[in-house]
Amino acid sequence: MINLPILPILICLPLIGLLFILLSSENDEHSIQSKKSAIWTSLSNFLLSLYLPLNFNKEIPHFQFVNSFNWFNSDNLKFTLGVDGISMPFIVLSTFLILLCVIYLFPQKKKNMRMYLASFILLESFLIGTFSAIDLFSFYIFFESILIPMYLIIGFWGGDRRVYSAYKFFLYTLLGSVLMLIAIIFLYQEFGTTSIARLLDYTLPFYIQVWLWLAFFASFAVKIPMWPFHTWLPDAHVEAPTEGSVILAGILLKLGGYGFIRFNLSFLPDASIFFTPFIYFLSVIAIIYTSFIAIVQDDMKKLIAYSSVAHMGFVTLGIFSANMQGLHGAIVQMISHGIISAALFFCIGSIYNRYKTKEINFFGGLSQKVPKMAVFFLIFTLGAIGFPGSSGFIGEFLTLMSVYSRNTLVAFISSFGVILAATYMLLLYKKVFLGPVNPNIDKKINQLHFNEIITFIALSIMILIIGIKPNLILSYTTSSLDRIVSLYPITIF
Amino acid sequence: MMIIATIFSFFSLVFVKINGESAIILSRWIDSGNLSLDWSLQLNILTASMVLMVNLVSTLIHIYSVGYMEKDPKKILFMAYLSLFTFFMLFLVSSSNLLQLFLGWEGVGLTSYLLIGFWNYKEKANNAALKAFIVNRVGDAGLLLALFTTFVVFGTLNIGEIKLLINSQNESYFNFLGFDIHSLTLISLLLFVGCMGKSAQFGLHVWLPDAMEGPTPVSALIHAATMVTAGVFLLIVMSPLLQSSEFSLNFILIIGSITCIFASSVAVFQNDIKRIIAYSTCSQLGYMFMAIGSSAYTLAYFHLLSHAFFKALLFLGAGSVIHSMSDEQDIKKMGGLYNKIPLTYITMLIGSLSLIGLPFLSGYYSKDLILEILYLNDFEYSLQFFTMGVIGVLFTSIYTLRLLVYVFHRESVADEKVIAHIHESPLIMILPLVILSVFAIFFGMFMKLIFTEINFLEMWSYTIHVDKSLDASFISQNVPVLIKKLPLLMILIGTIVILFLYFSFRNLVPFLKLRLSFIYNFFKNKWYVDQLYERIFVRPTFYFGKGFWKSVDKELIDNLGPNGFSRIVLSFSSLISKLQSGFLYHYVLSIIIGLTLLISLYTYIF
Repeated sequence: MINLPILPILICLPLIGLLFILLSSENDEHSIQSKKSAIWTSLSNFLLSLYLPLNFNKEIPHFQFVNSFNWFNSDNLKFTLGVDGISMPFIVLSTFLILLCVIYLFPQKKKNMRMYLASFILLESFLIGTFSAIDLFSFYIFFESILIPMYLIIGFWGGDRRVYSAYKFFLYTLLGSVLMLIAIIFLYQEFGTTSIARLLDYTLPFYIQVWLWLAFFASFAVKIPMWPFHTWLPDAHVEAPTEGSVILAGILLKLGGYGFIRFNLSFLPDASIFFTPFIYFLSVIAIIYTSFIAIVQDDMKKLIAYSSVAHMGFVTLGIFSANMQGLHGAIVQMISHGIISAALFFCIGSIYNRYKTKEINFFGGLSQKVPKMAVFFLIFTLGAIGFPGSSGFIGEFLTLMSVYSRNTLVAFISSFGVILAATYMLLLYKKVFLGPVNPNIDKKINQLHFNEIITFIALSIMILIIGIKPNLILSYTTSSLDRIVSLYPITIF
Repeated sequence: MMIIATIFSFFSLVFVKINGESAIILSRWIDSGNLSLDWSLQLNILTASMVLMVNLVSTLIHIYSVGYMEKDPKKILFMAYLSLFTFFMLFLVSSSNLLQLFLGWEGVGLTSYLLIGFWNYKEKANNAALKAFIVNRVGDAGLLLALFTTFVVFGTLNIGEIKLLINSQNESYFNFLGFDIHSLTLISLLLFVGCMGKSAQFGLHVWLPDAMEGPTPVSALIHAATMVTAGVFLLIVMSPLLQSSEFSLNFILIIGSITCIFASSVAVFQNDIKRIIAYSTCSQLGYMFMAIGSSAYTLAYFHLLSHAFFKALLFLGAGSVIHSMSDEQDIKKMGGLYNKIPLTYITMLIGSLSLIGLPFLSGYYSKDLILEILYLNDFEYSLQFFTMGVIGVLFTSIYTLRLLVYVFHRESVADEKVIAHIHESPLIMILPLVILSVFAIFFGMFMKLIFTEINFLEMWSYTIHVDKSLDASFISQNVPVLIKKLPLLMILIGTIVILFLYFSFRNLVPFLKLRLSFIYNFFKNKWYVDQLYERIFVRPTFYFGKGFWKSVDKELIDNLGPNGFSRIVLSFSSLISKLQSGFLYHYVLSIIIGLTLLISLYTYIF
């Protein structure tokens, strides 16, 4: 096999596609040419990203496919790309979801479609960059630049209160990342390098770890989001356009979890142990509290947004349990939530396109109008409530099990989240799809079109595959996680 | 297809007899750290016989629903759901590790959700389905915790391996929520919480009567043969574990007997034909748990099987009645049907008598054995539990006969139109009824030996815990004649009461209702459990949700967070902008103040 510089290609390819999109001179709402270039770009990028799992060596815990570039004419500040078992699944997830977004978008009209597509393609490049950067400095740059297209997507193509939401989103995330920047600068000052692989070899004294941990935590806790930093998420989701929500819930939130594993857990073990009760506390609150809130929501997107916070609560529980099941569970939960919440947002987008509202009480008996969508929505709902055999179950089961071995009280309270999840999701399903047909929706509407069906089928298959053969993901991550787990000898909190 | 499956499962039972126990591993499922799980099938006498029963009953129900759902536009979907249900049930029964069992467990919960809410244009059906799923989820959460505890204690979820390891953990204690609890007791109690949800034991029973909103074959499938007995089945599978925890056995016994009395007493006061049978299921499950509580697992299993047949028969018969009465379910509006739908009447009669436990029918053998075991139990309060069981028999006979009297015997009170329309169900619905009644009559008689005879007990003991001293001869020697005949006596009393109330002294019923209205309402409203739950759980949930959202999220966090931040920035900038007033003397003043401050600072430092 020739040694492809696969990661730079993955990052640059969208930029080339972006050039095509920007060069096209269409300005109408359809922009067929731009859509075509967007589809080709994202499709080829997705296929190329499959090169990673196919050629990945599962035995090596370190970074693979490493490419390094000079940056400031300095040996210590390099621009390095590489993946290990933790980041690899997320890269594939990103390319997969962006591809689906573009497919889903294909038959639709939007003002300034060309720029909309361009934002997504740009976003793809940045996302891959973030997940494959193995150098703190380049990670930070990619991590921050994601905000720009995302801010534009919400701020330009969003709903009525989009400016407030976009501003809230920006303010929260920026505040967090400023602290992270300070931490990164500190690390560079201290060790003269920003390479993640090299930093792993150093150990820091406890009091410095605590401060660094808090700085990183501020950034990722906002991103994932943890209670009480979550209030930007429901607003952002409600105002964001469908595809924006998909990417936001599907991938952007995962940056938080990824960052926790990559930085807090790997660099700062002592501080992580010290703060674990704190994390448990916040996660449990997130799970129970946001589930309660989700039950009383009357906007579909807001409900899913709050449920995302609850699901991410499981992720943080799993991560900071710091054993194999917990980390496995957290990663599967993140991937699966990426797929399931994306699927739910696609569904809600389809409903919105037909009725121009996301108000739950507006609907009722929708399953009799669009039976196919009802079936898909049920599958995604089941995934979201962690039905065994779906990917959501694997994540919830493994994380809860790992927490249970550490602290029974936390697991006990969190298991109520499982009950509450069933409550709010099935209530939503009942109110929207079941019951007598609401007169509001009693008009002729289009059935699901081809692109929607493709998107939904692809997502349902992913949910089932991960639920039935989670080893497909787990086996890639094991060796990389082993190193992290070895930092945490068995401790009962 | 289902018929073929039944034949195959019969062969597999024969196969088990020849080959003994084995497990078929299909594929790996999860490998994570020290947790590794397979997709696999367990093959032993217990699973094979259960598979046979599930397949047999669901085949009959499939056949029946072809007739019952004939006019429904969504009948294809319905058949698909039924088959899916059967699939999950078989999955549950035949799994060799607890997590796979949990998949089947949730799967039957899901399909029951779909089936109960099948007529989803009915708001009531949707609510019932939702309630069923959520109440089951409560139990499932308990079961999940049981799985976690099992894994932490034993390090495996494979049922066979757990059984081997039980003795080594006999003395271990587990810290749960700050209490040190005997680990095996903890596991069994948590398992039982799961079973309470699925098998509708007192406390988590509320979903079962409401679940009657679904089409009748569903009720038969879910409540008779399969889903509700899953809890009993799970405890039987885990019997060696249960056996090492005295406390949890007693707990099961207590809950079982409460359910038994509760459900049978409530059933007496219900008017919906299907609800009566549903409560009856609840109380029969109570008997099974009582058997488990007194370590008579084979008898629990025996009653499970025989109950499956006569209860499926009763539900299908009720479906046939409803069908012929143009979808009327209120027994007060029926009457005099015995000569109009004779075949249904006969099969219903057989089912009812078997349920009551009239001698020589299936129910007699299995239920009376349980009562006798209760009597023989060396538990301190065994006599009290025995009495509760016997009172349960009394109630059973009362509500069953009341049902029969109202539906079939009293003069008809239905509309002219309905009466004109009364007809016997088509052959495809009657055939399963007839087959089931054959089982309801003879199953107990022929199979009794297998569950009590010493040689057969030996065979069971490979898979489940069996107390070999409790074989047939021991029971027959140690139970006094009076005790043995007590259930029969109760049936007689019940019959006399019914005959009295509904034939001789008809006026007494309304009179009693009036005088004892408090007691009447108490039972009529199912001991007010639903209302209690509404107050304790449902309303506070919405209250909390609204409270958290409006006051904490919107008011507190947002005002401290982004909104507060922007407010501070705004007010600060407006403060700054006020300084730029445009008046020269303001600037001069600030320059002077600034300079003085600077100079004084300079002198202070150096």
